[in-house]
Amino acid sequence: MKQSAAELLLEYRVPAQVNRLKDVRRALREVLRRHGVSAACARDVVMAVDEACQNIIRHAYGGEGKGEIVLCVRSTLSQLELVLRDFAPAVDPACIHPRPLDELRPGGLGTHLIREAMDEVEYLRPSDGTGNLLRLVKRLEPDHRGS
Amino acid sequence: MEVEVRDEGRICVVRLSGDVDLESSPVARRALLASTERSRCVLVDLSAVKYIDSSGIASLVEAYQSARGKQIAFALAAVSPEALRVLQLARLDKVFTIYATVADGLGA
Repeated sequence: MKQSAAELLLEYRVPAQVNRLKDVRRALREVLRRHGVSAACARDVVMAVDEACQNIIRHAYGGEGKGEIVLCVRSTLSQLELVLRDFAPAVDPACIHPRPLDELRPGGLGTHLIREAMDEVEYLRPSDGTGNLLRLVKRLEPDHRGS
Repeated sequence: MEVEVRDEGRICVVRLSGDVDLESSPVARRALLASTERSRCVLVDLSAVKYIDSSGIASLVEAYQSARGKQIAFALAAVSPEALRVLQLARLDKVFTIYATVADGLGA
């Protein structure tokens, strides 16, 4: 079967602030619902994007409430691709890794949750060299499609 | 997010509802930790949680550890599907004692 070109579902630019995370979740939920993505799949994707935005706000921008995040969501027949762009100083991807779960302690779960919820997680360098790019992919299995 | 705290006999029931996220989880954390100061048994009702992120989960873990350190019983009840999914992804669904309903937790 011929693979369709990726369709841009959402381009959303938002201040990198904690009180704007709910806006990101709301916009993403709505676009996934309109696209017919199942509730279970949308739940994982929204959580992963929310955790990724938190990491950008807290670690890339240092929690100062400055800067912006741009979220782009694209879809083909078989997958969702979500790209998060920030304009903070470059972060070394080697420094980003989930903590072991065998130790019970609060905190440090965000990166683990992103990797568990998504099928692909890639840290990329923007072509213009400014900021950071995070590419997330969720495969659309038949049961991930709603009606 | 909203937090309700009530006493059911000897058990302190903490009911979280709505979105427990990075913005609201400090409120949840304070309520949960305070509950471990005032009661020997804490039951956290998660039935109305629509969304919980890693900071909300961290608040539950911190309260659980505080309770365990004081030999206080600490359990979750009526965990919504949204919250259960995150607990499962964090491999914490086998760490917490989880009751199917609040009534089950109160009767335990």
